[in-house]
Amino acid sequence: MIRPQDLLCPKPEGLYCAPGDFYIDPTRPVARAVITHGHADHARAGHGAVLATRETLNIMAERYGLEFAGTTQAAAYGEAVARDDVEVTLVPAGHVLGSAQAVVRWKGLTMVVSGDYKRRRDPTCPAFEPVPCDVFISEATFGLPVFRHPDDREEIARLLRSVAQFPERSHLVGAYALGKAQRTIRLLREAGWDAPIYVHGALERLNALYERHGIDLGPLAPATGGKKDDFAGQIIIAPPSATQDRWSRRFPDPVTAFASGWMQVRARARQRGVELPLVISDHADWDELTATVDELRPGELWITHGREEALARWAEMHGVPARALALVGYEEEDDG
Amino acid sequence: MRAFAELLDRLSLTASRNAKLTLVRDYLRVTPDPERGWALAALTGDLRFDAAKPAFIRRAVEARMDPQLFWWSYDYVGDLAETVALVWPARPGANREPELSEVVDALRGASRAEVQTLIEGWLDALQPTGRWALLKLMTGGLRVGLTARLAKRAAAVMGAEPVPAAEIEELWHALHAPYEDLFAWLEGRGERPSSENPGRFRPAMLAQAIDEAVDFAKLDPADYAAEWKWDGIRVQAVNERGVRRLYTRTGDDISKSFPDVVGALDAEGAIDGELLVMRDGKVASFADLQQRLNRKTVDAKALANFPAAIRAYDLLAEGDEDTRVLPFAERRKRLEAFVAKEASPRIDLSPVQPFETWAEIAALRADPPAGDPQIAEGLMLKRWDSIYEAGRPKGPWFKWKRDPLLIDAVLMYAQRGHGKRSSFYSDYTFGIWTDGDGGARVLTPVGKAYFGFTDEELKQIDKYVRDNTIERFGPVRSVRAEPHHGLVFEVAFEGLQRSTRHKSGVAMRFPRINRIRWDKPPGEADELATLERMLARMEGR
Repeated sequence: MIRPQDLLCPKPEGLYCAPGDFYIDPTRPVARAVITHGHADHARAGHGAVLATRETLNIMAERYGLEFAGTTQAAAYGEAVARDDVEVTLVPAGHVLGSAQAVVRWKGLTMVVSGDYKRRRDPTCPAFEPVPCDVFISEATFGLPVFRHPDDREEIARLLRSVAQFPERSHLVGAYALGKAQRTIRLLREAGWDAPIYVHGALERLNALYERHGIDLGPLAPATGGKKDDFAGQIIIAPPSATQDRWSRRFPDPVTAFASGWMQVRARARQRGVELPLVISDHADWDELTATVDELRPGELWITHGREEALARWAEMHGVPARALALVGYEEEDDG
Repeated sequence: MRAFAELLDRLSLTASRNAKLTLVRDYLRVTPDPERGWALAALTGDLRFDAAKPAFIRRAVEARMDPQLFWWSYDYVGDLAETVALVWPARPGANREPELSEVVDALRGASRAEVQTLIEGWLDALQPTGRWALLKLMTGGLRVGLTARLAKRAAAVMGAEPVPAAEIEELWHALHAPYEDLFAWLEGRGERPSSENPGRFRPAMLAQAIDEAVDFAKLDPADYAAEWKWDGIRVQAVNERGVRRLYTRTGDDISKSFPDVVGALDAEGAIDGELLVMRDGKVASFADLQQRLNRKTVDAKALANFPAAIRAYDLLAEGDEDTRVLPFAERRKRLEAFVAKEASPRIDLSPVQPFETWAEIAALRADPPAGDPQIAEGLMLKRWDSIYEAGRPKGPWFKWKRDPLLIDAVLMYAQRGHGKRSSFYSDYTFGIWTDGDGGARVLTPVGKAYFGFTDEELKQIDKYVRDNTIERFGPVRSVRAEPHHGLVFEVAFEGLQRSTRHKSGVAMRFPRINRIRWDKPPGEADELATLERMLARMEGR
C-alpha cells in the first residue's frame, strides 16, 4: 500500500520527494530542487540542479546572477518531466509571472503542491489550473475568514479617485518588487491611467524582465531627479520598505499607499503608517482557499504555511482530512 | 452608504487636518440630500444610535459561522466591528445596499426586535467597508479622528463662496439633521437659516499671543484692560427663555456634566468665562477640574468633592439683547451688574487687574499677587473699545502667558511620526536622572514631546536617532542615553501634576522641545528632585 508520505514528506530543508530525490522550494541549498516561483523565500540560490518554468529561471538569474545553480532545466506548463521514477508537471498557479504548481505522480498517486497561488484574474500571468489529486498541498497565507479580497479594479479605482482628489500630492504605492508591482502597473493601465508611472530603482530590472516576457507596462520613468513639484499628481511605485524611508522625502506630501492582502486589516495599515490601503493580493483569500479545496475534493489536504489551523479546521468540518505541515522559512520576502 | 463608508475609512487613516478637510468637503459637495446631512450629523456626533450592543452582534455572527473560526478571526483583528464586517457570511438573495438615510428612517420607527432583523439584513447587503461603517454607527461612536468642529469647517468651505466657520457654529444649535436648509444656503440656493433659537452657542472670540519684542512698543497701556488668565476651560453659559446650556469654546454642549453650574444661572443672558473647581471662592488645580471633565453623568460625590463654578469675564447677551456689539468697557460694566444680581457662589467675576505702564504689569506677571493669580496661566489684555468678534481677530485681545517652566532632559526613545512625518523619528520620550536600585544614577522617563523644533532641527534629530539606536521595537527606537553620550533637550512645560500613571510620579502639562542642547553632556541634565521641588512650590502656594 502506497502512502502519500512515501512520496512527499516535510524535512527541515523543505518538502522532500524521496523516490525522485528532490526538494520542492527548499529553504536551504540542496542537490536537486523544483522551484514553484521566483519569490526569494521559495527560490534560493545555491542548489545543484533546478527544475522550474523558463520565466522562473529567468527571474532567479536576474536576482542572483547567471550562476545561481549548478544546472537548470526549464519545463513548459503541462510538460511532464521525469525525475527517477517520479513524473513532475508544472501547471499554472496564477501567483506571479512563471509561477507553477508542482504536480507529482508516482505509482498511480497524484500529489499537487500549489506553491503560492490565487484564483482570480491576473493580467501578468496565466490563471490557476485545478488538477484532480489524491493530496492537495496548499498554502494558507490568508487562511482566516477575515481575508476576503475585494475586486482589484475597485482598489485601483480608489487609488485614482484619491489622485484626482489630491492633485497637489503625490501617491506613493508600496508594492513587492516581483509580481505585485507589475500587476499594479498593468491594472492602472487597464483603468486608463496612461501617464508615466514613476518607479523606484529596485523595481527596474524586474519591470524590464516582465516587458521581455510580453507584459506591456506602458511608459515608466525613474523616481529620481526632477523637482519635488514634478511629482505632484503622479503615481510612484516603490518597494514597501522605501515608502516609509528617507527616500520618500523627495516627493510632495505623499499619500502613502500599500498594495497588499494584509491591508484588509486596519491595524496593519495603521502600524505601517499607510494612509491609503489597497487590498490587492497575489495569494488566495479565504473564499478562494476553501472553494479550491471544495472543487478538488482531495483525499487529504496538507497545508504548508500561513494560518494553517483555520483552514485545516474548515476542511475537517467539510469532510476533507487535513494536516498542517508548519514548514518554516516562507512568507519572508513576499508577505502579501 | 458606500461613499460614506469610504469617507470614514479614509478619515480613520488620515493624519493631516487639511487632508481630512478635503475629504469631508468633497463628500458634502457630491453627495445628495438627505444622505449628506445624515452623514454630517454622524460626523459631528449629533446622530447617535445605541441600536446594537456588541453582544448582539457577536451572537448574530456566531449563529452563522463556526465560533472557533470567528474567535481566531477576532483574536487576529482585535476589533469586534471590524472582524464582523470582514467575516460576515452574507446570505444569498440580499437586498441592494441601503443608503444612510434609509438606515436612519428605518431605525426611527423600529422596535427593539425589528432592529436586529434590520441590521442583519443590512449586513447581508453591504460590502465589508460598508458593514464596518454601519457597525460603528450602530454601536455608538465613529472614532475616526475627526472633531465636530472640523466637520463644520468642511461644511463652511463646501460652497462656491465659503462662509466663515463661526457662522456655522452660531447657527448649529438651531439646525436639525439632515440640514437641507443649511446646504441650500451654503450652495447659494437659499437664505441663511435663522439662528434665533433660545439657548444657542455664540462662537467665541479668541486672543492672539503677544509678541513682547514688537507689540508693546506699538500699544498704549491706557487702551487695555488686564485680567488673569485662569487655568480651567473656557465655557459659555446661556439662559434664554428658560433654556439653560453650558458649552465648551468649540460649541460642544456639556450641560449634563455640570448641573451645579447650569442650575446657578438664574438671570437670562449669555456669559463667557472660565470653568474651574472652586472651594470657598478659591480656585483649585486643573487636576481637580479633570475629575469633572469627560464624564457623561455626575454623581453626588463628584459634585460635593469637586464643586464647579464659572469665573465670568464677558457678557454676550442680556435678556433678549445681543451685547456683543458693545465695546468691552460697556460689556464689563453690564457683566459686573449681572454677576452681582445673580449673587451665586457658582458664578463670580474675573477681576480686572489695574495698571499704568507695561513695566508695571510685566512685574505683576513675573510675580503675581497672593491668592488665585499665583496659579493663573498668565495675563489677558483686552482693548476697552473692542466689540466681541468671533474668531481670532488681530489686535483687540492678547494672551500673555507666564514664562514656561524649563528643565534639561535626556532623549531616551524616539518614535516614528504620522502622515507627513512618517519617515521621521519625531516623537520623543525624555528622561531625567534619579537614584535607581542600588543607588546607581539612572534615567527615568518624565514626558513625551513631538513639537517645538524646526523642520531643519527635526532632520538633525532624526539623523541622531538613526545613528545612535540601541534597539528597535516596531516604530520605536531606544537611543543611547549615558552620562557622556546622548542628546539633551531643554523641555518647556506649563505645569506639573502628580501622576500614578507615570513611573516618575509626575506628569508635565503641555511639554515641548524648547531648545536642543547639542553642547550639553547628558550627565548634567536635571534630576527628578528638581521637578519634585517645583511641584512642592506649586502645591504650597
